[in-house]
Amino acid sequence: MSLGTGVRRTALYAALIILAAVFIGPFLWMLLASLKSTAQIFAFPPRFLPKPVIWRNYLRAWQVVPLARFYLNSILVSGVVAFSQVVTSAMAAYVFARLQFPARNLIFLIYLAVMMIPTQVTVIPLFIIVRRLGLVDTYGALILPFLAYPFGAFLLRQFFLTIPRELEDAALVDGCPRLRILVRIIAPLSRAAMVTLGMLAFMFTWNTFFWPLLVTNTSEHFTIQVGLAMLRTQLVSAGDADWSLLMSATVISIVPVLIFYLFAQKQIVRGITMTGLKG
Amino acid sequence: MRFRDYLRSPLRRGDLSTGIICLLPSLAVIGVFVVFPIFFSLYLSFHKWAILTPEKPFVGLANYARMFSSPEFWECLGNTFLYTVGVVLPGAAASLGLALLLDRTAAGSGFFRTAFFLPTITSIIAIAVVWLWVYDDANGLANMLLRLVGLKPVRWLTSPKTSLLSLIIMTVWKNAGYHMVVFLAGLQAIPPSLHEAATIDGASPRQRFRYVTWPLLAPTTVFVLVTNTIFTFQVFGPIYVMTGGGPVRSTSVIVYYLYQRAFEFQEMGYASAVAWVIFLILIALTVLQMRLARKREQVW
Repeated sequence: MSLGTGVRRTALYAALIILAAVFIGPFLWMLLASLKSTAQIFAFPPRFLPKPVIWRNYLRAWQVVPLARFYLNSILVSGVVAFSQVVTSAMAAYVFARLQFPARNLIFLIYLAVMMIPTQVTVIPLFIIVRRLGLVDTYGALILPFLAYPFGAFLLRQFFLTIPRELEDAALVDGCPRLRILVRIIAPLSRAAMVTLGMLAFMFTWNTFFWPLLVTNTSEHFTIQVGLAMLRTQLVSAGDADWSLLMSATVISIVPVLIFYLFAQKQIVRGITMTGLKG
Repeated sequence: MRFRDYLRSPLRRGDLSTGIICLLPSLAVIGVFVVFPIFFSLYLSFHKWAILTPEKPFVGLANYARMFSSPEFWECLGNTFLYTVGVVLPGAAASLGLALLLDRTAAGSGFFRTAFFLPTITSIIAIAVVWLWVYDDANGLANMLLRLVGLKPVRWLTSPKTSLLSLIIMTVWKNAGYHMVVFLAGLQAIPPSLHEAATIDGASPRQRFRYVTWPLLAPTTVFVLVTNTIFTFQVFGPIYVMTGGGPVRSTSVIVYYLYQRAFEFQEMGYASAVAWVIFLILIALTVLQMRLARKREQVW
């Protein structure tokens, strides 16, 4: 290795380390605050490290805030939505990819157009509908409108089109119904794409905030995002801000997601590069 | 094929029943919860309606007229444009920079990629809460670092001069990792032989970037710019959590304005008109960016 490349490599890693600090820093700052007492939080000039370390904040956050409930709500809502979107999308995608069906292309075009429509345009009528149905502050309001979404059908159609038709022909000649072909032949071959779709739908639903904020009123149905936002209003709008409690609650809300990411990193990155769906 | 012939063939008839069964659940959900609301929203925008009252008088274009003559509306729209430009352009540059750094890194690239990606996988609400604390005037990390290097502290979120910029910085930080992954995929799709050929021809690293990487990366760049513009224009969560649109409306963006009009003041008709204007702006932006992209391709 020549001197030039050595210097260049050192500079590269120095830049990377500084950047990593920039990206990790705020998380570290949150973690440190979650371990400080209120007196330490407001000490001036502020001190970096907690001394002594107040582990009790976490117990307090867990006891004071119904975090377990928020979690359960988020998992339930995101899980049902993701599962349903995979099923409904696979069925619709199969029609678009394989079946001779009147107005098939027209319906597909409508699907594509609908995909371009931002939530904000539909959110007011959607709220009115949900209110009319008496679903405000229920799981129904959080789940029903998202049981199907065009994006998934679009994604799976692209995948189904790459599966050779010959694989189905024999079954068709034997008189096997189309639905069984979908379940027995197409679905197993598309497992990777369906898992990716399910994960994207789960993450997307997990992160939504606007809609759950509108249709939930009580902590019984708050998702983790709404719960956290409400907690922030409750704790930090008054003069005596309880930052350590807010930060420990936030840590508790983030950690499981990070653990999930470490396990599913490859699939998540593949999902993003494949589709560019925003979380 | 005519419809009658279609129905006569047994195989096709099977297709029809299967098609109905398969599409029905999706069409029911999308019809009731997406397609119908679009038209209902247009209908509402021509009416005046406080959701609690039964009367829903038709007011023609009055909602639109009121919106276009409202200084608050224009202020929110201006804030949204500033925020979007401030996030999208520097954000794309930052993401491309990170991707180029990682593309060149052999050892430890997995660690760095994960570090840059941490904000992306964390929800925006959690990020907003964390940065509320980072930006705290007296005890936040940002001001602590400024004091450490002998600079004057900044009133990040509490001064109307800096509040929008503070939100922009946070958003760029939050999204950088996401688009970095997209750019990395784009970079890795460029055949190494092109770089090798350019090197043999005596191109410097800068020339290789300008004449090989940049043009071949153009579709990725356009994709990042378009999707991020559409996404950023609809910002809501961090505004709700961090500033409530303040101080003195300096961070009041258009979706937050819609939220307040519809759900704090119950002006469903007026808010629907705002929603439609947002929709039309988004369509215009998308078409514009697609056009620009095509023109650039022709130049090459």
